[in-house]
Amino acid sequence: MLRDITLGQYYQTESVIHRLDPRVKLAGTLLFIISLFFFRNFIGYLVAALFLAIVIKLSHVPFRFMVRGMKAIVFLLLITVAFNLFLTPGEALISFWKLTITKEGLEMALTMAVRLTLLIIGSSVMTLTTTPNNLTDGMEKGMRPLKVFHVPVHEVAMMMSIALRFIPILLEETDKIMKAQIARGADFESGNLIHRAKALIPLLVPLFISAFRRANDLAMAMEARCYRGGEGRTKMKPLVYQRRDGLAYLCILFYLVTGIGLGRLAL
Amino acid sequence: MSIILDHVNYIYGLDTPLAVKALDDVCLQIPDGQFIGIIGHTGSGKSTLVQHLNGLMKATSGSIYFNGADIYDEGYNMKELRSKVGLVFQYPEHQLFEIDVFSDVCFGPKNLGLDKKETELRAFDALKKVGLPDELFYQSPFELSGGQKRRVAIAGVLAMKPEVLILDEPTAGLDPKGRDEILHQIKKLQTETGMTIILVSHSMEDVAEYVDRIIVMNKGRVMFDDVPREVFRHYRELEDVGLAAPQVTYILHELQSRGLHVDVNATTIEEAVETITGALAEAGTVRYR
Repeated sequence: MLRDITLGQYYQTESVIHRLDPRVKLAGTLLFIISLFFFRNFIGYLVAALFLAIVIKLSHVPFRFMVRGMKAIVFLLLITVAFNLFLTPGEALISFWKLTITKEGLEMALTMAVRLTLLIIGSSVMTLTTTPNNLTDGMEKGMRPLKVFHVPVHEVAMMMSIALRFIPILLEETDKIMKAQIARGADFESGNLIHRAKALIPLLVPLFISAFRRANDLAMAMEARCYRGGEGRTKMKPLVYQRRDGLAYLCILFYLVTGIGLGRLAL
Repeated sequence: MSIILDHVNYIYGLDTPLAVKALDDVCLQIPDGQFIGIIGHTGSGKSTLVQHLNGLMKATSGSIYFNGADIYDEGYNMKELRSKVGLVFQYPEHQLFEIDVFSDVCFGPKNLGLDKKETELRAFDALKKVGLPDELFYQSPFELSGGQKRRVAIAGVLAMKPEVLILDEPTAGLDPKGRDEILHQIKKLQTETGMTIILVSHSMEDVAEYVDRIIVMNKGRVMFDDVPREVFRHYRELEDVGLAAPQVTYILHELQSRGLHVDVNATTIEEAVETITGALAEAGTVRYR
Protein backbone atom coordinates (compact mmCIF):
# COMPACT_ATOMS: atom_id res chain seq x y z
CA MET A 1 0.00 0.00 0.00
CA LEU A 2 2.48 2.59 1.20
CA ARG A 3 5.45 1.08 -0.51
CA ASP A 4 4.62 2.62 -3.87
CA ILE A 5 6.07 5.99 -2.92
CA THR A 6 9.31 6.42 -4.83
CA LEU A 7 9.97 10.06 -3.99
CA GLY A 8 13.27 10.23 -2.13
CA GLN A 9 14.04 6.59 -2.75
CA TYR A 10 17.38 5.14 -3.76
CA TYR A 11 17.62 3.12 -6.97
CA GLN A 12 20.40 0.60 -6.86
CA THR A 13 22.41 0.25 -10.04
CA GLU A 14 25.87 0.96 -11.40
CA SER A 15 26.55 4.25 -13.17
CA VAL A 16 28.85 7.27 -13.35
CA ILE A 17 26.31 9.38 -11.55
CA HIS A 18 26.04 6.85 -8.74
CA ARG A 19 29.80 6.92 -8.28
CA LEU A 20 30.09 10.70 -8.09
CA ASP A 21 30.99 12.30 -4.80
CA PRO A 22 27.75 13.22 -2.99
CA ARG A 23 29.04 16.78 -2.55
CA VAL A 24 29.11 17.19 -6.33
CA LYS A 25 25.55 15.95 -6.59
CA LEU A 26 24.34 18.16 -3.75
CA ALA A 27 25.98 21.26 -5.16
CA GLY A 28 24.89 20.34 -8.68
CA THR A 29 21.28 19.85 -7.67
CA LEU A 30 21.23 23.09 -5.74
CA LEU A 31 22.75 25.04 -8.63
CA PHE A 32 20.40 23.37 -11.09
CA ILE A 33 17.38 24.37 -9.02
CA ILE A 34 18.62 27.94 -8.64
CA SER A 35 19.32 28.18 -12.36
CA LEU A 36 15.68 27.36 -13.09
CA PHE A 37 14.66 30.66 -11.54
CA PHE A 38 17.01 32.70 -13.69
CA PHE A 39 15.57 31.90 -17.10
CA ARG A 40 13.56 34.50 -18.93
CA ASN A 41 12.74 32.52 -22.08
CA PHE A 42 12.02 28.96 -23.11
CA ILE A 43 15.55 28.29 -24.45
CA GLY A 44 16.82 28.21 -20.89
CA TYR A 45 14.30 25.54 -19.95
CA LEU A 46 15.22 23.62 -23.07
CA VAL A 47 18.89 23.63 -22.08
CA ALA A 48 17.95 22.58 -18.55
CA ALA A 49 15.76 19.75 -19.85
CA LEU A 50 18.53 18.60 -22.16
CA PHE A 51 21.09 18.69 -19.36
CA LEU A 52 18.72 16.73 -17.11
CA ALA A 53 18.01 14.20 -19.86
CA ILE A 54 21.72 13.53 -20.30
CA VAL A 55 22.19 13.09 -16.55
CA ILE A 56 19.21 10.72 -16.38
CA LYS A 57 20.56 8.75 -19.32
CA LEU A 58 23.93 8.48 -17.61
CA SER A 59 22.37 7.45 -14.29
CA HIS A 60 20.87 4.23 -15.73
CA VAL A 61 17.69 4.82 -13.72
CA PRO A 62 14.71 3.99 -15.92
CA PHE A 63 12.70 7.13 -16.65
CA ARG A 64 9.52 5.15 -15.98
CA PHE A 65 10.64 4.58 -12.41
CA MET A 66 11.24 8.29 -11.94
CA VAL A 67 7.87 9.29 -13.31
CA ARG A 68 6.12 6.88 -10.98
CA GLY A 69 7.43 8.90 -8.04
CA MET A 70 6.00 12.02 -9.65
CA LYS A 71 2.43 10.76 -9.41
CA ALA A 72 2.26 11.78 -5.77
CA ILE A 73 2.83 15.45 -6.55
CA VAL A 74 0.74 15.73 -9.71
CA PHE A 75 -2.06 17.08 -7.54
CA LEU A 76 0.13 19.85 -6.16
CA LEU A 77 1.29 20.68 -9.64
CA LEU A 78 -2.28 20.94 -10.90
CA ILE A 79 -3.28 23.31 -8.10
CA THR A 80 -0.31 25.57 -8.83
CA VAL A 81 -1.12 25.63 -12.51
CA ALA A 82 -4.79 26.33 -11.86
CA PHE A 83 -4.05 29.23 -9.52
CA ASN A 84 -1.63 30.81 -11.94
CA LEU A 85 -3.92 30.25 -14.87
CA PHE A 86 -6.98 31.91 -13.39
CA LEU A 87 -5.64 34.46 -10.95
CA THR A 88 -3.02 36.33 -12.96
CA PRO A 89 -4.29 39.73 -14.07
CA GLY A 90 -3.63 40.83 -17.64
CA GLU A 91 -4.92 40.64 -21.19
CA ALA A 92 -7.93 38.32 -21.24
CA LEU A 93 -7.92 35.40 -23.70
CA ILE A 94 -10.94 33.34 -22.72
CA SER A 95 -13.48 34.05 -20.03
CA PHE A 96 -16.41 32.02 -18.85
CA TRP A 97 -18.56 32.26 -15.74
CA LYS A 98 -16.38 34.07 -13.16
CA LEU A 99 -13.10 32.70 -14.46
CA THR A 100 -10.78 34.44 -16.88
CA ILE A 101 -7.70 33.03 -18.52
CA THR A 102 -5.21 35.75 -19.38
CA LYS A 103 -2.23 35.66 -21.70
CA GLU A 104 0.09 36.40 -18.81
CA GLY A 105 -1.62 33.75 -16.72
CA LEU A 106 -1.18 31.13 -19.41
CA GLU A 107 2.50 31.98 -19.74
CA MET A 108 2.96 31.95 -15.99
CA ALA A 109 1.15 28.62 -15.57
CA LEU A 110 3.22 26.97 -18.28
CA THR A 111 6.48 28.30 -16.86
CA MET A 112 5.47 27.17 -13.39
CA ALA A 113 4.57 23.67 -14.57
CA VAL A 114 7.83 23.25 -16.47
CA ARG A 115 9.86 24.72 -13.65
CA LEU A 116 8.28 22.52 -10.98
CA THR A 117 8.56 19.38 -13.09
CA LEU A 118 12.24 20.01 -13.79
CA LEU A 119 12.83 20.87 -10.17
CA ILE A 120 11.25 17.70 -8.87
CA ILE A 121 12.83 15.38 -11.41
CA GLY A 122 16.16 17.11 -10.89
CA SER A 123 16.15 16.61 -7.16
CA SER A 124 14.83 13.07 -7.43
CA VAL A 125 17.81 12.22 -9.65
CA MET A 126 19.99 13.07 -6.70
CA THR A 127 18.11 10.93 -4.20
CA LEU A 128 17.73 8.08 -6.69
CA THR A 129 21.47 7.89 -7.29
CA THR A 130 22.78 8.60 -3.79
CA THR A 131 22.33 6.37 -0.77
CA PRO A 132 20.97 8.25 2.25
CA ASN A 133 24.21 7.55 4.09
CA ASN A 134 26.27 9.04 1.33
CA LEU A 135 23.98 12.01 1.15
CA THR A 136 24.35 12.89 4.82
CA ASP A 137 28.10 12.27 4.60
CA GLY A 138 28.23 14.76 1.79
CA MET A 139 26.17 17.24 3.74
CA GLU A 140 28.31 16.85 6.80
CA LYS A 141 31.48 17.50 4.90
CA GLY A 142 29.99 20.20 2.73
CA MET A 143 28.66 22.11 5.75
CA ARG A 144 31.88 21.79 7.73
CA PRO A 145 32.74 25.48 7.34
CA LEU A 146 29.62 26.27 9.40
CA LYS A 147 31.40 24.84 12.44
CA VAL A 148 33.05 28.20 12.83
CA PHE A 149 29.61 29.55 13.78
CA HIS A 150 29.14 26.70 16.29
CA VAL A 151 26.63 24.84 14.14
CA PRO A 152 26.62 21.18 15.33
CA VAL A 153 27.19 19.88 11.82
CA HIS A 154 27.93 16.29 12.74
CA GLU A 155 24.93 16.01 15.05
CA VAL A 156 22.60 17.47 12.43
CA ALA A 157 23.94 15.05 9.83
CA MET A 158 23.58 12.12 12.23
CA MET A 159 19.99 13.07 13.02
CA MET A 160 19.23 13.31 9.33
CA SER A 161 20.69 9.92 8.52
CA ILE A 162 18.79 8.34 11.39
CA ALA A 163 15.57 10.01 10.25
CA LEU A 164 16.11 8.83 6.69
CA ARG A 165 17.01 5.35 7.87
CA PHE A 166 13.78 5.13 9.83
CA ILE A 167 11.42 6.15 7.03
CA PRO A 168 11.21 2.72 5.37
CA ILE A 169 11.10 0.98 8.76
CA LEU A 170 8.22 3.11 9.98
CA LEU A 171 6.41 2.74 6.65
CA GLU A 172 6.68 -1.01 6.93
CA GLU A 173 5.54 -0.86 10.54
CA THR A 174 2.54 1.29 9.57
CA ASP A 175 1.65 -1.18 6.85
CA LYS A 176 1.87 -4.05 9.29
CA ILE A 177 -0.16 -2.44 12.06
CA MET A 178 -2.75 -1.29 9.54
CA LYS A 179 -3.13 -4.84 8.27
CA ALA A 180 -3.31 -6.22 11.78
CA GLN A 181 -6.10 -3.78 12.67
CA ILE A 182 -7.93 -4.43 9.40
CA ALA A 183 -7.77 -8.11 10.29
CA ARG A 184 -9.55 -7.15 13.52
CA GLY A 185 -12.26 -5.42 11.54
CA ALA A 186 -10.93 -1.85 11.63
CA ASP A 187 -12.09 0.37 8.78
CA PHE A 188 -9.77 3.16 7.65
CA GLU A 189 -11.54 4.07 4.46
CA SER A 190 -15.19 4.90 5.06
CA GLY A 191 -17.15 7.34 7.19
CA ASN A 192 -16.94 11.09 7.65
CA LEU A 193 -13.86 13.07 8.66
CA ILE A 194 -14.33 12.72 12.42
CA HIS A 195 -15.04 9.02 12.06
CA ARG A 196 -11.89 8.54 10.01
CA ALA A 197 -9.74 10.55 12.37
CA LYS A 198 -11.01 8.39 15.22
CA ALA A 199 -10.25 5.27 13.21
CA LEU A 200 -6.60 6.30 13.14
CA ILE A 201 -6.17 5.89 16.89
CA PRO A 202 -5.64 2.11 16.69
CA LEU A 203 -2.95 2.81 14.09
CA LEU A 204 -1.21 5.81 15.64
CA VAL A 205 -0.92 4.61 19.21
CA PRO A 206 0.96 1.40 18.35
CA LEU A 207 3.01 3.29 15.78
CA PHE A 208 4.18 5.89 18.31
CA ILE A 209 4.91 3.22 20.85
CA SER A 210 6.98 1.31 18.36
CA ALA A 211 8.82 4.46 17.26
CA PHE A 212 9.73 5.22 20.86
CA ARG A 213 10.77 1.64 21.42
CA ARG A 214 13.01 1.70 18.37
CA ALA A 215 14.50 5.05 19.33
CA ASN A 216 15.24 3.70 22.78
CA ASP A 217 16.87 0.57 21.36
CA LEU A 218 18.96 2.61 18.97
CA ALA A 219 20.10 4.98 21.69
CA MET A 220 21.08 1.99 23.79
CA ALA A 221 23.00 0.42 20.91
CA MET A 222 24.83 3.68 20.19
CA GLU A 223 25.63 4.11 23.87
CA ALA A 224 26.97 0.55 24.00
CA ARG A 225 29.33 1.38 21.16
CA CYS A 226 30.59 4.44 23.00
CA TYR A 227 29.08 6.99 20.63
CA ARG A 228 29.87 10.47 21.98
CA GLY A 229 29.00 12.81 19.12
CA GLY A 230 31.25 14.26 16.47
CA GLU A 231 34.17 15.28 18.67
CA GLY A 232 37.32 13.55 17.46
CA ARG A 233 35.35 11.10 15.33
CA THR A 234 36.95 9.83 12.12
CA LYS A 235 35.36 8.17 9.12
CA MET A 236 36.02 4.68 7.82
CA LYS A 237 35.47 5.85 4.27
CA PRO A 238 36.30 9.56 4.14
CA LEU A 239 35.04 11.44 1.10
CA VAL A 240 37.85 12.34 -1.29
CA TYR A 241 37.34 14.14 -4.59
CA GLN A 242 38.31 12.08 -7.66
CA ARG A 243 39.12 13.23 -11.15
CA ARG A 244 35.58 12.51 -12.32
CA ASP A 245 34.23 14.83 -9.63
CA GLY A 246 36.31 17.68 -11.02
CA LEU A 247 34.99 16.89 -14.48
CA ALA A 248 31.46 16.86 -13.16
CA TYR A 249 31.93 20.30 -11.62
CA LEU A 250 33.15 21.51 -15.01
CA CYS A 251 30.06 20.08 -16.70
CA ILE A 252 27.82 21.82 -14.18
CA LEU A 253 29.67 25.08 -14.75
CA PHE A 254 29.32 24.66 -18.51
CA TYR A 255 25.59 24.08 -18.09
CA LEU A 256 25.20 27.13 -15.90
CA VAL A 257 27.03 29.38 -18.32
CA THR A 258 25.19 28.20 -21.44
CA GLY A 259 21.84 27.81 -19.71
CA ILE A 260 21.76 31.16 -18.00
CA GLY A 261 23.55 32.87 -20.88
CA LEU A 262 20.95 31.69 -23.40
CA GLY A 263 18.07 31.76 -20.94
CA ARG A 264 18.43 35.43 -20.20
CA LEU A 265 18.55 36.60 -23.78
CA ALA A 266 15.64 38.88 -24.50
CA LEU A 267 13.62 37.39 -27.34
CA MET B 1 -17.13 -25.03 4.59
CA SER B 2 -13.52 -24.77 3.54
CA ILE B 3 -10.87 -22.64 1.91
CA ILE B 4 -9.65 -23.51 -1.56
CA LEU B 5 -6.69 -21.87 -3.29
CA ASP B 6 -6.62 -22.35 -7.02
CA HIS B 7 -3.32 -21.63 -8.81
CA VAL B 8 -2.57 -18.56 -6.72
CA ASN B 9 0.40 -16.40 -7.73
CA TYR B 10 1.66 -13.29 -6.04
CA ILE B 11 4.43 -11.00 -7.24
CA TYR B 12 5.93 -8.29 -5.04
CA GLY B 13 6.91 -5.06 -6.78
CA LEU B 14 5.30 -5.98 -10.08
CA ASP B 15 6.77 -3.95 -12.97
CA THR B 16 9.83 -2.87 -11.02
CA PRO B 17 13.38 -4.20 -11.27
CA LEU B 18 12.90 -5.61 -7.79
CA ALA B 19 9.98 -7.88 -8.69
CA VAL B 20 9.95 -11.04 -6.58
CA LYS B 21 7.65 -13.99 -7.02
CA ALA B 22 6.43 -14.60 -3.49
CA LEU B 23 3.79 -17.20 -4.32
CA ASP B 24 4.21 -19.53 -7.24
CA ASP B 25 1.20 -21.53 -8.40
CA VAL B 26 -0.12 -22.43 -4.96
CA CYS B 27 -3.02 -24.87 -4.89
CA LEU B 28 -4.37 -25.90 -1.51
CA GLN B 29 -7.50 -27.18 0.09
CA ILE B 30 -8.14 -26.46 3.73
CA PRO B 31 -11.11 -28.39 5.11
CA ASP B 32 -12.90 -27.62 8.37
CA GLY B 33 -11.50 -28.53 11.73
CA GLN B 34 -7.97 -29.34 10.65
CA PHE B 35 -4.91 -28.29 12.60
CA ILE B 36 -2.39 -27.31 9.94
CA GLY B 37 1.22 -26.26 10.22
CA ILE B 38 2.75 -24.10 7.50
CA ILE B 39 6.51 -24.38 7.61
CA GLY B 40 9.12 -22.59 5.60
CA HIS B 41 12.39 -20.77 5.78
CA THR B 42 12.46 -16.96 6.07
CA GLY B 43 11.20 -15.54 2.78
CA SER B 44 9.58 -18.76 1.62
CA GLY B 45 6.22 -17.03 1.24
CA LYS B 46 4.41 -18.41 4.26
CA SER B 47 3.38 -15.04 5.69
CA THR B 48 2.35 -13.86 2.23
CA LEU B 49 0.26 -16.99 1.83
CA VAL B 50 -1.71 -16.53 5.04
CA GLN B 51 -2.38 -12.86 4.30
CA HIS B 52 -4.15 -14.02 1.16
CA LEU B 53 -6.48 -16.23 3.14
CA ASN B 54 -8.34 -13.30 4.69
CA GLY B 55 -8.06 -11.01 1.70
CA LEU B 56 -5.44 -8.62 3.10
CA MET B 57 -3.34 -9.27 0.02
CA LYS B 58 -4.76 -9.77 -3.41
CA ALA B 59 -3.31 -12.49 -5.60
CA THR B 60 -1.69 -11.37 -8.85
CA SER B 61 -3.49 -14.26 -10.50
CA GLY B 62 -5.53 -17.25 -9.39
CA SER B 63 -8.61 -17.54 -7.20
CA ILE B 64 -9.42 -18.18 -3.58
CA TYR B 65 -12.75 -19.65 -2.49
CA PHE B 66 -14.09 -19.41 1.02
CA ASN B 67 -17.07 -21.65 1.71
CA GLY B 68 -17.65 -21.92 -2.01
CA ALA B 69 -17.65 -18.19 -2.82
CA ASP B 70 -14.87 -16.50 -4.78
CA ILE B 71 -13.44 -13.83 -2.48
CA TYR B 72 -12.30 -11.74 -5.44
CA ASP B 73 -15.86 -11.42 -6.76
CA GLU B 74 -17.14 -7.90 -6.97
CA GLY B 75 -19.20 -7.04 -3.95
CA TYR B 76 -17.79 -9.87 -1.86
CA ASN B 77 -18.04 -8.92 1.79
CA MET B 78 -14.38 -8.72 2.83
CA LYS B 79 -15.28 -7.53 6.29
CA GLU B 80 -17.27 -10.66 6.90
CA LEU B 81 -14.45 -12.80 5.53
CA ARG B 82 -12.04 -11.16 7.95
CA SER B 83 -14.33 -11.92 10.86
CA LYS B 84 -14.57 -15.56 9.77
CA VAL B 85 -10.87 -15.98 9.06
CA GLY B 86 -9.01 -14.53 12.04
CA LEU B 87 -5.37 -13.68 11.49
CA VAL B 88 -2.94 -13.16 14.34
CA PHE B 89 0.15 -11.45 12.99
CA GLN B 90 3.76 -11.92 13.99
CA TYR B 91 4.49 -10.06 17.22
CA PRO B 92 0.77 -9.29 17.61
CA GLU B 93 1.46 -7.46 20.88
CA HIS B 94 2.65 -4.51 18.78
CA GLN B 95 -0.91 -3.83 17.69
CA LEU B 96 -2.29 -3.23 21.22
CA PHE B 97 -3.47 0.31 21.77
CA GLU B 98 -6.28 0.58 24.33
CA ILE B 99 -6.03 1.80 27.89
CA ASP B 100 -6.81 -1.59 29.34
CA VAL B 101 -6.67 -5.21 28.30
CA PHE B 102 -10.40 -5.71 28.25
CA SER B 103 -11.18 -2.76 25.97
CA ASP B 104 -8.45 -3.84 23.59
CA VAL B 105 -10.01 -7.27 23.20
CA CYS B 106 -13.38 -5.56 22.67
CA PHE B 107 -12.03 -3.74 19.60
CA GLY B 108 -12.61 -6.66 17.22
CA PRO B 109 -16.19 -7.57 18.16
CA LYS B 110 -17.08 -3.86 18.38
CA ASN B 111 -15.98 -3.45 14.77
CA LEU B 112 -18.36 -6.25 13.84
CA GLY B 113 -21.18 -3.98 15.00
CA LEU B 114 -22.22 -6.13 17.96
CA ASP B 115 -24.00 -4.57 20.93
CA LYS B 116 -22.18 -3.77 24.15
CA LYS B 117 -23.35 -6.84 26.03
CA GLU B 118 -22.39 -9.31 23.31
CA THR B 119 -19.05 -7.55 22.78
CA GLU B 120 -18.15 -7.78 26.44
CA LEU B 121 -19.29 -11.38 26.70
CA ARG B 122 -17.11 -12.34 23.79
CA ALA B 123 -14.10 -10.42 25.11
CA PHE B 124 -14.46 -12.07 28.49
CA ASP B 125 -14.81 -15.47 26.89
CA ALA B 126 -11.79 -14.95 24.65
CA LEU B 127 -9.58 -13.82 27.53
CA LYS B 128 -10.63 -16.92 29.48
CA LYS B 129 -9.81 -19.11 26.51
CA VAL B 130 -6.24 -17.83 26.25
CA GLY B 131 -5.80 -18.36 29.98
CA LEU B 132 -5.11 -14.82 31.09
CA PRO B 133 -5.55 -14.37 34.88
CA ASP B 134 -8.63 -12.31 35.84
CA GLU B 135 -6.70 -9.72 37.82
CA LEU B 136 -4.97 -8.51 34.65
CA PHE B 137 -8.18 -7.72 32.74
CA TYR B 138 -8.24 -4.05 33.68
CA GLN B 139 -4.52 -3.37 33.58
CA SER B 140 -2.83 -1.42 30.83
CA PRO B 141 -1.73 -3.88 28.12
CA PHE B 142 1.66 -2.19 28.08
CA GLU B 143 2.42 -3.24 31.64
CA LEU B 144 2.11 -6.96 30.93
CA SER B 145 4.92 -9.39 30.18
CA GLY B 146 5.71 -10.40 26.61
CA GLY B 147 3.85 -13.71 26.84
CA GLN B 148 0.82 -12.09 28.48
CA LYS B 149 0.66 -9.35 25.84
CA ARG B 150 0.67 -11.99 23.16
CA ARG B 151 -2.23 -13.81 24.82
CA VAL B 152 -4.18 -10.57 24.90
CA ALA B 153 -3.51 -10.02 21.21
CA ILE B 154 -4.60 -13.55 20.35
CA ALA B 155 -7.74 -13.04 22.45
CA GLY B 156 -8.37 -9.87 20.44
CA VAL B 157 -8.77 -12.00 17.32
CA LEU B 158 -10.55 -14.89 19.07
CA ALA B 159 -13.21 -12.49 20.35
CA MET B 160 -14.41 -12.13 16.75
CA LYS B 161 -15.30 -15.84 16.88
CA PRO B 162 -13.55 -16.83 13.67
CA GLU B 163 -14.16 -20.18 12.01
CA VAL B 164 -10.54 -20.31 10.95
CA LEU B 165 -7.73 -19.05 13.16
CA ILE B 166 -4.38 -18.31 11.57
CA LEU B 167 -1.37 -17.65 13.77
CA ASP B 168 1.79 -16.28 12.16
CA GLU B 169 4.78 -17.33 14.25
CA PRO B 170 2.88 -17.14 17.55
CA THR B 171 5.93 -18.24 19.54
CA ALA B 172 8.56 -15.91 18.03
CA GLY B 173 10.60 -14.21 20.72
CA LEU B 174 9.12 -16.18 23.61
CA ASP B 175 11.14 -18.27 26.05
CA PRO B 176 10.69 -22.08 25.91
CA LYS B 177 8.17 -22.03 28.76
CA GLY B 178 6.11 -19.28 27.16
CA ARG B 179 6.27 -21.08 23.84
CA ASP B 180 5.00 -24.39 25.27
CA GLU B 181 2.22 -22.61 27.13
CA ILE B 182 0.99 -20.79 24.04
CA LEU B 183 1.12 -23.92 21.88
CA HIS B 184 -0.69 -26.00 24.49
CA GLN B 185 -3.34 -23.34 24.77
CA ILE B 186 -3.80 -23.32 21.00
CA LYS B 187 -4.08 -27.11 20.88
CA LYS B 188 -6.60 -27.04 23.71
CA LEU B 189 -8.58 -24.40 21.86
CA GLN B 190 -8.64 -26.55 18.77
CA THR B 191 -9.84 -29.70 20.52
CA GLU B 192 -12.45 -27.78 22.52
CA THR B 193 -13.96 -25.67 19.75
CA GLY B 194 -13.08 -27.75 16.70
CA MET B 195 -12.10 -24.65 14.74
CA THR B 196 -9.64 -24.81 11.88
CA ILE B 197 -6.23 -23.63 13.02
CA ILE B 198 -3.31 -22.74 10.78
CA LEU B 199 -0.01 -22.35 12.54
CA VAL B 200 2.81 -20.67 10.67
CA SER B 201 6.28 -21.45 11.92
CA HIS B 202 9.83 -22.07 10.84
CA SER B 203 10.41 -24.65 13.50
CA MET B 204 9.42 -28.27 12.87
CA GLU B 205 9.85 -29.00 16.55
CA ASP B 206 7.06 -26.53 17.34
CA VAL B 207 4.47 -27.96 15.05
CA ALA B 208 5.32 -31.68 14.84
CA GLU B 209 3.74 -32.38 18.19
CA TYR B 210 0.47 -30.60 17.54
CA VAL B 211 -0.64 -30.53 13.93
CA ASP B 212 -2.53 -33.02 11.72
CA ARG B 213 -0.99 -31.82 8.51
CA ILE B 214 2.14 -29.98 7.45
CA ILE B 215 2.51 -27.72 4.42
CA VAL B 216 6.14 -27.02 3.60
CA MET B 217 6.76 -23.86 1.61
CA ASN B 218 9.92 -23.19 -0.34
CA LYS B 219 10.54 -20.20 -2.59
CA GLY B 220 6.84 -19.50 -2.91
CA ARG B 221 5.95 -23.06 -3.85
CA VAL B 222 4.26 -25.80 -1.89
CA MET B 223 7.01 -28.36 -1.48
CA PHE B 224 5.27 -30.96 0.66
CA ASP B 225 1.70 -31.21 1.88
CA ASP B 226 1.02 -34.25 4.02
CA VAL B 227 0.68 -35.67 7.53
CA PRO B 228 3.78 -35.00 9.67
CA ARG B 229 5.26 -38.48 9.52
CA GLU B 230 5.13 -38.52 5.72
CA VAL B 231 6.71 -35.07 5.49
CA PHE B 232 9.53 -35.98 7.88
CA ARG B 233 10.33 -39.00 5.73
CA HIS B 234 11.90 -36.43 3.37
CA TYR B 235 14.16 -35.06 6.07
CA ARG B 236 17.15 -34.89 3.73
CA GLU B 237 15.28 -32.67 1.25
CA LEU B 238 14.03 -30.53 4.13
CA GLU B 239 17.64 -29.94 5.15
CA ASP B 240 18.45 -28.83 1.63
CA VAL B 241 15.97 -25.97 1.91
CA GLY B 242 17.22 -24.88 5.31
CA LEU B 243 14.68 -26.70 7.43
CA ALA B 244 15.16 -29.62 9.76
CA ALA B 245 13.04 -32.52 10.87
CA PRO B 246 12.47 -32.87 14.62
CA GLN B 247 15.40 -34.22 16.59
CA VAL B 248 13.64 -37.55 17.20
CA THR B 249 13.68 -38.23 13.45
CA TYR B 250 17.47 -37.94 13.39
CA ILE B 251 17.94 -40.07 16.49
CA LEU B 252 15.66 -42.80 15.14
CA HIS B 253 17.38 -42.86 11.77
CA GLU B 254 20.76 -43.07 13.47
CA LEU B 255 19.56 -45.91 15.68
CA GLN B 256 18.18 -47.73 12.69
CA SER B 257 21.43 -47.38 10.76
CA ARG B 258 23.18 -48.94 13.75
CA GLY B 259 20.94 -51.96 13.61
CA LEU B 260 18.09 -51.28 16.01
CA HIS B 261 14.65 -51.99 14.58
CA VAL B 262 12.85 -48.79 15.43
CA ASP B 263 9.96 -47.13 13.62
CA VAL B 264 11.68 -44.11 12.04
CA ASN B 265 8.37 -42.43 11.35
CA ALA B 266 7.63 -41.55 14.96
CA THR B 267 7.20 -37.80 15.18
CA THR B 268 6.80 -36.99 18.85
CA ILE B 269 9.04 -37.76 21.79
CA GLU B 270 6.39 -40.04 23.32
CA GLU B 271 6.15 -42.13 20.17
CA ALA B 272 9.91 -42.28 19.91
CA VAL B 273 10.26 -43.53 23.48
CA GLU B 274 7.69 -46.19 22.77
CA THR B 275 9.33 -47.49 19.61
CA ILE B 276 12.83 -47.42 21.10
CA THR B 277 11.87 -49.30 24.25
CA GLY B 278 9.88 -51.71 22.11
CA ALA B 279 12.84 -52.35 19.84
CA LEU B 280 15.21 -52.75 22.76
CA ALA B 281 12.91 -55.24 24.46
CA GLU B 282 12.60 -57.14 21.23
CA ALA B 283 16.33 -57.23 20.70
CA GLY B 284 16.72 -58.36 24.30
CA THR B 285 19.91 -56.39 24.69
CA VAL B 286 18.68 -54.31 27.57
CA ARG B 287 15.85 -55.12 29.85
CA TYR B 288 13.63 -52.09 30.17
CA ARG B 289 12.80 -51.65 33.84
